[in-house]
Amino acid sequence: MVGENIRVLIAKPGLDGHDRGAKVICRSLRDAGYEVIYTGLRRTPDEIVNAAVQEDVDVIGLSILSGAHNVLFPKIMNLLKEKGVDDIAVIAGGIIPDKDIPFLEKIGISKTFLPGSSTQEIADWIKENVRKRP
Amino acid sequence: MKKNSSSELSLKQSFDHWKAEKHDKALKKASSEKMEYTTISGRKIKELYTPLDLDGLDYLKQLSFPGEYPFTRGIHPTMYRGRLWTMRQFSGFGTAEDTNKRYKYLLSHGQTGLSVAFHLPTLMGIDSDHPLAQGEIGKCGVAIDSLADMEILFNKIPLDKISTSMTINAPAAVLWAMYIAVAEKQGVSPKAISGTIQNDILKEYIAQKTFIFPPEPSMKLIVDTFEYGSKEVPKWNTISISGYHIREAGSTAVQELAFTLRDGIEYVEWARQRGLDVEEFVPRLSFFFNAHNDFFEEIAKFRAARKIWAEVMKERFRTRDERCGWLRFHTQTSGVSLMAQQPYNNVVRVAIQALAAVLGGTQSLHTNSLDETYALPSEEAVTIALRTQQIIAHESGVINCIDPLGGSYFIEKLTDEMERDAKEYIRKIDDMGGMVKAIELGFPQREIADSAYLYQKAVEKKAKIIVGVNAYEMEHEPIPFLKIDETVAKQHLARLRDVKKTRNNAQVGEKILDLKKAASDKQNLMPYILSCVKAYATLGEIMDSLREVYGEYQEPITY
Repeated sequence: MVGENIRVLIAKPGLDGHDRGAKVICRSLRDAGYEVIYTGLRRTPDEIVNAAVQEDVDVIGLSILSGAHNVLFPKIMNLLKEKGVDDIAVIAGGIIPDKDIPFLEKIGISKTFLPGSSTQEIADWIKENVRKRP
Repeated sequence: MKKNSSSELSLKQSFDHWKAEKHDKALKKASSEKMEYTTISGRKIKELYTPLDLDGLDYLKQLSFPGEYPFTRGIHPTMYRGRLWTMRQFSGFGTAEDTNKRYKYLLSHGQTGLSVAFHLPTLMGIDSDHPLAQGEIGKCGVAIDSLADMEILFNKIPLDKISTSMTINAPAAVLWAMYIAVAEKQGVSPKAISGTIQNDILKEYIAQKTFIFPPEPSMKLIVDTFEYGSKEVPKWNTISISGYHIREAGSTAVQELAFTLRDGIEYVEWARQRGLDVEEFVPRLSFFFNAHNDFFEEIAKFRAARKIWAEVMKERFRTRDERCGWLRFHTQTSGVSLMAQQPYNNVVRVAIQALAAVLGGTQSLHTNSLDETYALPSEEAVTIALRTQQIIAHESGVINCIDPLGGSYFIEKLTDEMERDAKEYIRKIDDMGGMVKAIELGFPQREIADSAYLYQKAVEKKAKIIVGVNAYEMEHEPIPFLKIDETVAKQHLARLRDVKKTRNNAQVGEKILDLKKAASDKQNLMPYILSCVKAYATLGEIMDSLREVYGEYQEPITY
């Protein structure tokens, strides 16, 4: 299996209920051999960070389509920092315009997948860029 | 036996001969690959349809004339000759002032009805000063917290002349009450206003996910609006039973059709159990479908929907009034079909989808804007979308004749197949004990997630081609799009603070207590909600009081 027991939390911050993409990605990553945990809808930054720590994940995938990413993502990144977590890769996708990407990179989002990205690309990115946390 | 000449062969023999000798041989020469031809929903399509496919078709029984049972060819005898569809662009962003300006712009350019998009905090029944509203204010729609916002939203728009559709579900009763209150302030009686509240909670559990309360109190509140509406606001559609979001969440065309109609049946059953007269409220039910890319499949879906609903009303509910069997529907072109890559191509997708809706006999239509994969539409983009409808209406000639595709071997066969498959799903859900039960079992949710997954895999294998995404890719310049900045939130929050300061807070407190008591006593809540909104109680305050009585729904997490 390519997943090597890498654990991925797929999280939905924001108020929108658009979970089609998140669910397709959960299933695709699971099929690719990763251990996947899905938070369900409308999770606060606190809930997401707590779930990531408790579940001891290696990757957090944030899916948001409401347009609130520039407000919510910094909160998530700050909370991770406050908890002293610096070895969880955070990736994102949804309706995120490409011109927001420099800002998201600056706050520590490793990779933003734009609309049209394939599930294979996401699985491959994790395989190439994420190692199991010690 | 003598050798038959072609003319003496039976149609079946002729067809078989044509297929083997002409078609298949020619195809073998043309292409070495064996392609499978399917609709976007994965339905197999034959190379040719002939009278053989319509064997046994009973014209009067299955199709009949427009305006005659089972309404397959249209619910009105004149269709677009009598009246064009309503051109109704779903619109809302920023503050009430911003959206009011957009409405006036759209109306001055030939739009014939309004359709309100609320921002997510409103859809979720929380005020804009709630912690969860941070970052969301005015982003996905217009920010409305109280009657004060609603007054500005409809400022100088005559509510006796314009019909308004509001996409609002869990808190639908509250926003409807605000609209009624604004009309009264304009001097317009509730009996004179017309429009629609979406008010369809079942598809929220199934697909769109802006639910608040558990199914039982949610259904109760919806039946309250049916009861109140049929007496006090008789020209209002108290529900728009929606397949749109089911399709957007990834369902096939048949799943959209079946789950929507089964939702419709569920509402009628719950209202009937409460003792409402079916003949009285059913004519106020309206529907809302998606127009996706697969042209003929969509047209067949709309035609099948009318036929099934008419039959359900006549046979399952034994209605006598013919209007009960009229499936009146709004259509929106498919949001998920729009692509961020080469976005100007979206204009073409929308035109094809809108044409399908018109050929399918829609009563009103929203055409998406080319920039909606990025943000809410800019003024330029929404103008092209509106013009697309006007070109179909006035230039294409498709409105000249009613149901112009009726009688096509292909369309009739496809309509028949959609009907058969949708009825199979409806039976399955009946066997589960109804739609609320099916939702609790996660059945429609799972079916949709499976379809969405299969489609994504088909795209990734290039079994389905998306122009500009998995074929014909190229770099392109970014397009301009609407950005909602955080000054919108500041402006809007200032008004909310002002409302809470200047209203009679003691009166608000009393009205909220009355509402809670009425909710515990299982009374019809509409009059109580109306008094709350008239006292400028906020949406969040009203919904919180009901949350205390009803609790909140937690969905089972599945993927």
